[in-house]
Amino acid sequence: MNLTARNLHVILGSHPVLHGVDLTAMAGRLTAIIGPNGSGKTTLLRALTGELRPAVGSVTLNGQDMARLQPETLARRRAVLPQQSALSFPFTVAEILRIGLIAHACDDVEARALIRAALAKVDLPEHSGRFYQELSGGEQQRVQLARALIQVWQPVGDQGPRWLLLDEPVSSLDIAHQLTVMRLAKNYARAGGGVIAVMHDLNLTAMFADHVLLMQQGRASAEGPTETVLTDRLLSQAYGCDLRIRHAPGDGVWLLPQGAVV
Amino acid sequence: MVAVAPPEHRIAGDRDHLGRAACLGLLLLLVFFALLSLGQGPSGVSAPQVLADWLAGREVATVDQVVMLNIRLPRLLTGMLVGASLAVSGAVMQGLFRNPLADPGLLGVSSGASLGAIASIVLGGLLPPAIAGIFGWYLVPVAAFAGSWIAMVVLYGIATRHGRTSVATMLLAGIALAAMIAAVAGLIIYYANDAQLRDLTFWGLGSLAGSSWTKLSAAAPIILLSLAAMPMLARGLNGLALGEATAAHVGIRVQRTKAIAILATAGATGASVAVSGGIGFVGIVVPHLLRLVIGPDHRWLLINSALLGATVLIAADIISRLVVAPAELPIGIITAMFGGPFFMWVLLSNRRVLDA
Ligand SMILES: Nc1ncnc2c1ncn2[C@@H]1O[C@H](COP(=O)(O)OP(=O)(O)OP(=O)(O)O)[C@@H](O)[C@H]1O
Ligand SMILES: [Mg+2]
Repeated sequence: MNLTARNLHVILGSHPVLHGVDLTAMAGRLTAIIGPNGSGKTTLLRALTGELRPAVGSVTLNGQDMARLQPETLARRRAVLPQQSALSFPFTVAEILRIGLIAHACDDVEARALIRAALAKVDLPEHSGRFYQELSGGEQQRVQLARALIQVWQPVGDQGPRWLLLDEPVSSLDIAHQLTVMRLAKNYARAGGGVIAVMHDLNLTAMFADHVLLMQQGRASAEGPTETVLTDRLLSQAYGCDLRIRHAPGDGVWLLPQGAVV
Repeated sequence: MVAVAPPEHRIAGDRDHLGRAACLGLLLLLVFFALLSLGQGPSGVSAPQVLADWLAGREVATVDQVVMLNIRLPRLLTGMLVGASLAVSGAVMQGLFRNPLADPGLLGVSSGASLGAIASIVLGGLLPPAIAGIFGWYLVPVAAFAGSWIAMVVLYGIATRHGRTSVATMLLAGIALAAMIAAVAGLIIYYANDAQLRDLTFWGLGSLAGSSWTKLSAAAPIILLSLAAMPMLARGLNGLALGEATAAHVGIRVQRTKAIAILATAGATGASVAVSGGIGFVGIVVPHLLRLVIGPDHRWLLINSALLGATVLIAADIISRLVVAPAELPIGIITAMFGGPFFMWVLLSNRRVLDA
């Protein structure tokens, strides 16, 4: 079971942004999309969620054409954490999470249990009564993650694996919560779900990703197992600066001292 | 009937119990004001008396019966429907435009309606008698309703491309359209005579004085149909609070929600403005107040807005009949006179929340 994009071309306004991207993300793995600013990571993710219709190419979710799936059906199979979120009225955290359950027929008792559990997972167990707009940026990001998580709570459903599509899930988090969230994503994948995350932190990518897609100017310049993509040559060329990979002591975790050579 | 979950089962931040309690409280308040309204008027007929006589099977004086059934009851029902329409439409528009200050006026509904009314008041005399005869006294409401719908359809058409309606375009085009309509209306007013100017002014202030069963039976189906569509919007509007993209991600059919919201609001306000003229402030004040008390969850906000809107309008109508009794003031004056300062007070005492 997988989420695949075939030869995706996306045009935004009159501006071609993706020029034929292929990606195969497998359930059970954490797939990271990396690449410099403006390389098309968010655009690719938006096409994978079904939000953007590609001009050419197709996206299939567990073998079904994304364009044919109804919003409710889609909402029960994949959840999305956008790069930026807005909120127009003073909802509480509990009410935001409730919005994540819109596509589900669950009663109040179930909903309460899910909301409690999801908030505990993102380490905000005492925050359900707070107003979202009065939270810090990192707390807001974790509430949004909980909102997405609750939507596809069980990693595997009757229709196969469910998917979490995360656009920079750790961008405003402190180091401890970066690890919390990455572990959460990894565990979701281990339990049989699919996870696709747009990442800027290459160390975290090295630690947690199973599969990496490297974007560059609207094209995938490399795709494969993490250690085959995170190489001196590919990264230095993609990001336009000199980057060196070092091996961490102990097991096979990679470490990337930023700007290894000055 | 109203099951309030014991506190230990509730989680902090879940305000369903407030929404439920507000529903019950407002329902009682509405019944109270409805009875008050039935019992009040220049003829001195007492509602409890008539009601008691009816129930006991006693003879009710014909005059009393006529006053109750043909004057006060249609007026009460019209007031309830108009109040509910204006308040719910306000809440729906605010949810759709993601802005607490939006109101149905943004759809061109109000300006279209007033152009229709102005044109029919000033130019109605120019119609061939045969056509004018068909509409009779209903020429103004029919023209107002037609005007509001035409304006809304034009705006919706302008803002929709490739099957997607841009809310921002609609907002801006609405302002442009309102300006154009105001210019045409001004031109017509320029040719009005003194009597017509007086009619125009009164129409603009809004009134329930002309309520009748006939008018009500024309407006009620449109209003009721529109109101009935609105509960379908509750979850969609909640989703839209997180933006259109996220709303779609959580499973909302965004375009359908927008279309229903716009059609239902235009129907409800168009018909309301047609029967009662321009009654301001209800659409902004009522949802805003409720949001402060029960929160912005549309599953409770919409129904409570309908109840509070109906109550507020009936109360304003009672006041409008008391102040200069036995004459009466246009109700729009009352809603603005109380609504304005009250809204100001609410805004100032909640600066912390608003500025955040
Ligand atoms: N709505 C839009 N209309 C036109 N061009 C757009 C639009 N959105 C994005 N672009 C362009 O598409 C390109 C890719 O944008 P995208 O948001 O996918 O980048 P990204 O890889 O996510 O970058 P970042 O790391 O900064 O988030 C950029 O050059 C951007 O300017
Ligand atoms: Mg991005």
